[in-house]
Amino acid sequence: MKHLLSIDDLDREQVETLLARADSFAEVTRRDIKKVPALRGQTVVTLFYESSTRTSSSFELAAKRLSADVVSVKASGSAVDKGESLKDTVETIYAYDPAAIVIRHPYAGAAKMLTRWVDASVVNAGDGMHQHPSQALLDVFTLQNRMGSLEGKKIWIVGDVLHSRVARSNIAAFQLMGASVSVCGPPTLIPRGIESTGCDEAFAGRSREQADVVYLLRMQNERMGENFVPSIREYARLFQVNERRLGPRQLVMHPGPVNRGVEIGSDVIDSDRSLISEQVASGLAVRMAILYDLLNSGDDAAEQPADGPVPIGEPA
Amino acid sequence: MNQAPEEVVELLPEPLVQRPGPEASLLIRQASLLDPAAGVDGEFDILVTGGEISEIAESGSLEAGEGVEVVEAAGLHVFPAFFDPHVHLRTPGQEHKEDIETGTRSAAAGGYAGLLLMANTTPPVSSPADVSALRHQAETEASVPIGFMATVTRDMAGTELTDMAELREAGAVGFTDDGLPITNPGIMRRALQYQRMCGGRIALHEEDPDLSAGGVMHEGDVSMSLGLRGVPSISESVMITRDAAIAGYECGQIQVQHLSAVESIEAIRQAKADGVDITCEVTPHHLCLTDEIVRSLDPNRHKMNPPLRTEKDRLALIDALIDGTIDCIATDHAPHAKHEKEVPYEAAMMGVTGLETAFSSIYTRLVKPGTITLELLIEKLGSGGIPFDIKPFTLTAGSTANLCLIDLEAEWVVGEDGYESRSHNSWCEDETLSGRVLMTLANGQVAYRLRSFSMGVA
Repeated sequence: MKHLLSIDDLDREQVETLLARADSFAEVTRRDIKKVPALRGQTVVTLFYESSTRTSSSFELAAKRLSADVVSVKASGSAVDKGESLKDTVETIYAYDPAAIVIRHPYAGAAKMLTRWVDASVVNAGDGMHQHPSQALLDVFTLQNRMGSLEGKKIWIVGDVLHSRVARSNIAAFQLMGASVSVCGPPTLIPRGIESTGCDEAFAGRSREQADVVYLLRMQNERMGENFVPSIREYARLFQVNERRLGPRQLVMHPGPVNRGVEIGSDVIDSDRSLISEQVASGLAVRMAILYDLLNSGDDAAEQPADGPVPIGEPA
Repeated sequence: MNQAPEEVVELLPEPLVQRPGPEASLLIRQASLLDPAAGVDGEFDILVTGGEISEIAESGSLEAGEGVEVVEAAGLHVFPAFFDPHVHLRTPGQEHKEDIETGTRSAAAGGYAGLLLMANTTPPVSSPADVSALRHQAETEASVPIGFMATVTRDMAGTELTDMAELREAGAVGFTDDGLPITNPGIMRRALQYQRMCGGRIALHEEDPDLSAGGVMHEGDVSMSLGLRGVPSISESVMITRDAAIAGYECGQIQVQHLSAVESIEAIRQAKADGVDITCEVTPHHLCLTDEIVRSLDPNRHKMNPPLRTEKDRLALIDALIDGTIDCIATDHAPHAKHEKEVPYEAAMMGVTGLETAFSSIYTRLVKPGTITLELLIEKLGSGGIPFDIKPFTLTAGSTANLCLIDLEAEWVVGEDGYESRSHNSWCEDETLSGRVLMTLANGQVAYRLRSFSMGVA
């Protein structure tokens, strides 16, 4: 695997291998010295054209834990503000000879375009409303840690599916791991053609009771001007998941950032059925595994110890 | 019934303008001639003298006079040259994409001998002075004859009509706000009322901007999967239905541009059945591609408006071409510079080039597999002028030489040797196509010959 662009490019075995690796990195993150020399001497550039807390910080930290040199470029405050094109910015960054470029961009296919321009590994950290594969992988990882295999599990994705790259990646990833996925939300926010993914579609939340996992999407306030829902108040009344709506054995997930009191009740966020903090923690280990896998693929992989990374300070 | 009054038409200038040049004299020997409209189909010698087809005779029977070039064309085909009623040559204002010189060269390389230029330039062609200036420019730059469309509304703002009668007197062949729809039905109605006096068919880019709502590709399974905003098919068809109703009510003449969806075809069929004077075009890319190809997210080749739609739509377009619902093939040749296309899909400009590949692409994808006949392709590539009262070119003795010489066996890779166009956003770049234009005669002049194609002089 040279790039991570879309969940659609992966098969189940690749995901299992990657998440097994994430498991060993999760162990590293629990040590006193949370660093391994796997990517020593390699450069990782993170290039973020959209605001981000979780994804940018966890990719950055993941690269540092692997001992890579990390350069973080944000669109605001860089030459992008001065009108530099994506291609020119990428070519400038490529002059540093990075082994990997992690990119988030407001437009679909931006990460894929980079693969035509540079020889580095490209990680899609979110491209428009298209894909956010590392999120889907960390969500699968989080769920597996809590409930074991996803085989046969019922997962509901609730909210603004239309504008959500997380939904698109996660539908594919959950299905790949054997779960059945339903989407639920107001009809204005369920994209036409969703049935082609093999999802069930529901507008009312009644049968949500059958779900093992309820995956909530952020209600994006910036969409409110476009009449997708009549009001946030009505949306919350119909679709908010709170203590009254969440069954005792149902788990709830959210990619963040959450709008407390809109798509999710505060009571639920802080309950033991919420996996939201675990998702963030998983993000680090999974992203370490992604970078490790991409940068140790091909001929280089042979040189790596078969049983995983060796921590700094221990004999190789 | 809807023609402009004759006294107006008589005053109008010639619709097409070209750079003057030497009149061709050549003998094309043993070529396969095909002109379905004239009933010509077979192997003949064709003699062009002083820019005119002077004789068509039994194959191998004609001898070249002095100074007459001889083209040995055994195994090659001669067709009447093509006419494209829908191209964007970007002059004035966006000459970094294309200009009249490069655009007409591109057309000649595709076998075209006549074009109608859209008016959405910078600034738009909205005044009689704009038309006059462009026609003047064409007299020095156009290697094939071109005509100019003027905008329906001033600066395409959609609010006030242009001086349509004066524009016609200045040489505007017809009217269009192409690039944008005419959203206000009241303006549409006024334009069609006024057209009864001044003539000039109104060509319409049919799209409801509120339904398109920032879409960048067809709305369907593929747009869902890619997370791209979709343009629903009904965005096109509801406007066609509206404008067909207005045109019917006002006895106006309209041309629906770049038809893309099955719903639109149904709307056109209904309007034609109701007796509305409505004509329509389809592009080569809508006949050949579907939205599935957008999965590659390559805006250079696959982003245009209207978007590529589904296989069902594509097959319906082919059926409509065959049954005559669709009047002609138009390329909507829309050149864009590299830096405008080398950006993420959503950010890229809409449009692809098509003049150099129109014949070859459809020949390769639809004629060779037997989906449509060669006769139909030649007819529909040649009939683009009819809605604008421009007669199709013909292979008959006594007519001006407007013809193309094509090697149907030749295979070539699009873009391998560059383009005549200034821009490289061909929708079939890197594809291997069959059928190569070797030479084009436009209005009696040799407008194009393939560099590697040599001729002998007697």
